[in-house]
Parts: sequence; structure tokens; C-alpha cells
Amino acid sequence: MNPQLTRRHFIKGVIFSASAAASGAGYYIASAASRSPGAVERLISLNVNGRVRRVDVLPQETLAHTLRYRLNLTGTKLACNRGECGACTVMLDDIANYSCSVLTHQVKDRAVITVEGLRAEDGTLHPVQQAFIEELSPQCGFCTPGQVVAAAALLRANPNPTREEARQGLSGNLCRCGAYDHYLNGVMRAAELMA
Amino acid sequence: MPSHDVMPDMELYQPVQVEDALALAARLGERGWLLGGGQDTYGWLKDRAKRAEALIDLNGIAALRGISETADGIEIGALTSLTEIATSPLINQRYGVLAAAAGRVASPQIRNAGTLGGNVSQDVRCWYYRRGLDCYRAGGNLCYADTPEGMNREHAIFGQSRCVAASPSDTAPALVALDASMVIRSENGERVMPAADYFVGPAIDIRNTTALRTGEILTAVRIPSTWANASFYFEKVADRNVWDFALVSIAVAMKLNGDTISDSRFVAGAVECKPRRLLDVEAAVRGKPRDAATAQSLGDLASRGARTLAHNQYKVPLLNNLVRRALHIA
Ligand SMILES: Cc1cc2nc3c(=O)[nH]c(=O)nc-3n(C[C@H](O)[C@H](O)[C@H](O)COP(=O)(O)OP(=O)(O)OC[C@H]3O[C@@H](n4cnc5c(N)ncnc54)[C@H](O)[C@@H]3O)c2cc1C
Ligand code: SF4
Ligand code: FES
Ligand code: FES
Repeated sequence: MNPQLTRRHFIKGVIFSASAAASGAGYYIASAASRSPGAVERLISLNVNGRVRRVDVLPQETLAHTLRYRLNLTGTKLACNRGECGACTVMLDDIANYSCSVLTHQVKDRAVITVEGLRAEDGTLHPVQQAFIEELSPQCGFCTPGQVVAAAALLRANPNPTREEARQGLSGNLCRCGAYDHYLNGVMRAAELMA
Repeated sequence: MPSHDVMPDMELYQPVQVEDALALAARLGERGWLLGGGQDTYGWLKDRAKRAEALIDLNGIAALRGISETADGIEIGALTSLTEIATSPLINQRYGVLAAAAGRVASPQIRNAGTLGGNVSQDVRCWYYRRGLDCYRAGGNLCYADTPEGMNREHAIFGQSRCVAASPSDTAPALVALDASMVIRSENGERVMPAADYFVGPAIDIRNTTALRTGEILTAVRIPSTWANASFYFEKVADRNVWDFALVSIAVAMKLNGDTISDSRFVAGAVECKPRRLLDVEAAVRGKPRDAATAQSLGDLASRGARTLAHNQYKVPLLNNLVRRALHIA
């Protein structure tokens, strides 16, 4: 293996070749389709984590794909890719959305915040991140970025939730490890930290 | 790095005027696909079970969003999100059954993106059909679900006609209960039809769940004042409280005159391919008090005439019990 390769790039390469091999017709390599009149321009500006970034986006591309594979923001996870797990949760204008189930072209005028964009400029963790550490919320950690963003969005809308409200707020995020109560403890502590 | 995405190659249009969207829908015809929140759409496209050459994204059309009061009730733009409906003070105050139904759809994130127009226009959730099999609904000549070994636990107990799929929408029964009407536009003009006629079963049209035709866009849903501030009940039973579709749901509106029910709407979801109005139940409770005795007197009236499949007999007692509960809980 090329020692230059980072672990991240190595993993990505493996994922790509495995998916291409395993799924056959299931995956398409999107081609640069010729544009028809009135259709969207591919080169767009996106406001991600407070920075405006120019990026070349296919018409049908999902936001999760753009974030991970064009902007290298791999904190956003892709698991089910069909709106059934929450691992890909990001904030669009402060509202939690599944980035696997929104087109990048639909968020041109919206502020996208991913898990990478939650901590402060000086590196201080977001209260949700801090509270999740203190409460040992994650187990394996795979669902954690989605849980963090969903919790942050919940607290923006409702800074002082009851435990039941927090449960509802995080109900669109699956955790295969079943660490739900630990995440809820984290949300309740985060609300205290923010008070 | 090569770009691999599960989304197939498609063109995308983002009109900001209804007129432009209508022109696109007319021009593209069967090749186009209207896009609301996309929460039903992406599954079809990612699975390659249905295809489109171009998406017509309606989200940029401000005129299709929002909840407003009218001379006789309210009007909800078709692109209004389910979260906005579930949390709207106006809808919670006057038409609580709709807020409750919208709040039970899927998950918070799906309600944030999903629209009312998409929710009432979504396709059925039959496993076989969604896998892209060439069943009746897909234009073929057999049903994979209505067989002794078929997975038909979620399917219909009424109104089957070759296809036995059940209505997936949580808001649909609430809209029928509220006597809502659907505002539909095309390049040729506007037509308004009762929600009860918007939803169609396989005996009328086996390929479509609604009366919408190619080139038409649902622009708004109107709710008359008829049932404003009535007594409401909504309950959805599903395997999980989040994500899962209703196994059976019930949306009820009742007008009480003193202690007795003067008029009512009882509408069940997921028992037929469209919301099922329980006319016999409505007739039986007229003039009766809303109490346990009335509930008991109904017996199995709600489920009379049901034709169950191999694995969905449980829907019969479930439907009967939900109807009773709507009367019990004051
Ligand atoms: C994991 C998961 C769980 C779900 N659970 C539930 C559930 O519990 N209850 C439930 O009711 N639904 C559920 N859904 C289904 C559905 O995604 C949502 O109901 C959502 O409301 C659909 O709305 P949308 O705007 O996202 O639809 P879209 O996907 O945008 O549209 C759905 C269909 O309607 C058409 N359409 C959209 N808007 C219009 C319009 N204005 N005029 C004409 N046609 C239009 C589209 O062309 C498409 O065919 C679930 C979906 C997923 C992925
Ligand atoms: S129930 Fe309807 S959608 Fe399902 S396999 Fe049968 S015909 Fe197709
Ligand atoms: S990856 Fe988006 S919800 Fe699972
Ligand atoms: S911590 Fe493992 S999936 Fe949630």
C-alpha cells in the first residue's frame, strides 16, 4: 500500500471499489449530461459551515454525496441512503434534514451546517458534543454525528426540552448500539450547559 | 475522484412561478417528475424501480407554500411542510386531527422536508411493486402480494381489485374527515375536487393512487369551516412509532350537540387503497352520546364486508377497536 495514502483515502478507495464490484447495475457513474434549456447550472455556490464554497454539482446529486465526496466533509455519514436512519443528518437553516434525501441544488440559498461546523472558531466543542463526551453517549460512534446535529437542531428550536421532547426530537436517528438513553442524558446535560 | 452516487442521471428544473412549472409539466409529460420534498421520490429513483428524465422541483415556488385563512376556512399550499402543518397554531386550534396526523408521518427529518402535496400524492408501499416487479400496478398481469405465501400483512382488507395495496398517507384520512378539497392546476386551467374523490382505488385506476393526470399540479388543499373546532380523534397504529407506515389509522371529526353526536366523519387509513369513510358507523352514532356504551353497541360494524388476505386478519379487530376508542376517550 502506498504510504502516502491516508487511512481515510484508503478506506474510501476500498468502499468505492467494493460498491462498484458488488452492485453492478445498482451504481451509476453519472456522466456530464448535456444541459437542456432552463435546467440548473452545475457550478454553484454553497454556504457550508459559514463558508461559501464553489462546487460543481450534478443536477441529481444528493447533499450527502456533495458533502462527503466533493467537499471532503466526511463527518456526515451515509448509511441507509434512503431516509431511514438519520446518520446523514445536517442542519439547513437550523432545521434537521437527511442530507441523503435532499438535492444539493435545493440548498443553494440555505445555510448548511454539518457536524464539522458545530464547534467554535477556537476549537471549543459545541455543548452537545461536550455533553455527549461527559455522558459517554456514543457506543460505537457511527450514528454519533447525526445524533449531534439532530440534538443541536432540537436545542436551537427548543433550548429547554423535557426528556420526552428530546426523545421526540431525536426520534429520527437510529442507533444500532441502542445507546438512546445515553444520548438523551447527553441532550439534557447539553441544555444545562447552554443555560 | 470519480463521482459515484446512487441517484441516476437526470435533468433538474427549478421554476419559481407556478406557470413555468405547469409549462414544464406539460412539455415534459411522462418524462418529467414533480418534486416536492422528494421523500417518496428518491426511493423509487435510487432503486431504479421507476425512472424520470427530468425532475421539476416545486420547492422554489413561494406561492405554493404557507397556511392562510380564507372566507370559509383555511387554505394550505401544497408545498407546505408536514412540520409546519403539525406545529401550526391555527391548524392545531381548529383542525387538530390534521395536525395530529401530519405529526405522525415518518420521522422529524422527513416531516421537515416532506410536503402535504407529496404526502397525499405518494405511491403505495407494497414491497413487490417498490422492488420494481411487473405486477398489475406496474402494468403487468399478476399480483405478488395476494398469494398464500405473499407478504401481505400490511395490505388492504377492503376494495381490492387485482391490486391489494393499502393507502400509505397519514394525512389523507384526516383530509377526507375534514371534507377538504384539492385544488389542481394545469396549463388548461384549474379544477377543484373533494379529497374523497382525489384518492382512487384500483377498480377505477390501477396505475395511480390519485385523480391527478400528467401535466397537473396539486397547488393547494382547502379546508372548509364545516368541522372547525369539532371534537377530533386521530390514532395511528404502526410497528414502530417512527418511520413505519400505519397498519391501521383512524381520523374522526364529531360535532356534539349537548351530550349527543349530531354529525360525524369516521375515516380509516391503510385498510383500503384510499382512505375509507365508515358511513355505517357515522349513521349508527348519530344522535348517540360519545361514550363506552355507544362504542360497544357498534360491534364489528366498521369492518363489515372486509375481505382479508392470508396475513392481515388482525386488521379487522384493530379497525373495530380504533373506532371504539375514538368514542370512548372524551
Ligand atoms: C423512511 C420513510 C418513512 C415514511 N413513513 C411515512 C409515514 O409514516 N406516513 C406517511 O404518510 N408517509 C410516510 N413516508 C412517505 C413520504 O415520504 C412522506 O409521506 C412525504 O410526505 C412525501 O412528501 P414529499 O413532498 O417528500 O413527496 P415527493 O416525493 O416529493 O412526492 C411524492 C409524489 O407526489 C408527487 N407530487 C409531489 N408534490 C406534488 C404536487 N404539488 N402536485 C402533484 N404531484 C405532486 C410527486 O411527483 C411524487 O410522485 C415515508 C417515507 C420514508 C422514506
Ligand atoms: S398489491 Fe398491488 S402493488 Fe402489490 S404486487 Fe399486488 S398489484 Fe402490485
Ligand atoms: S443515510 Fe440518510 S437517513 Fe440514513
Ligand atoms: S453508537 Fe453505535 S450506532 Fe449508535
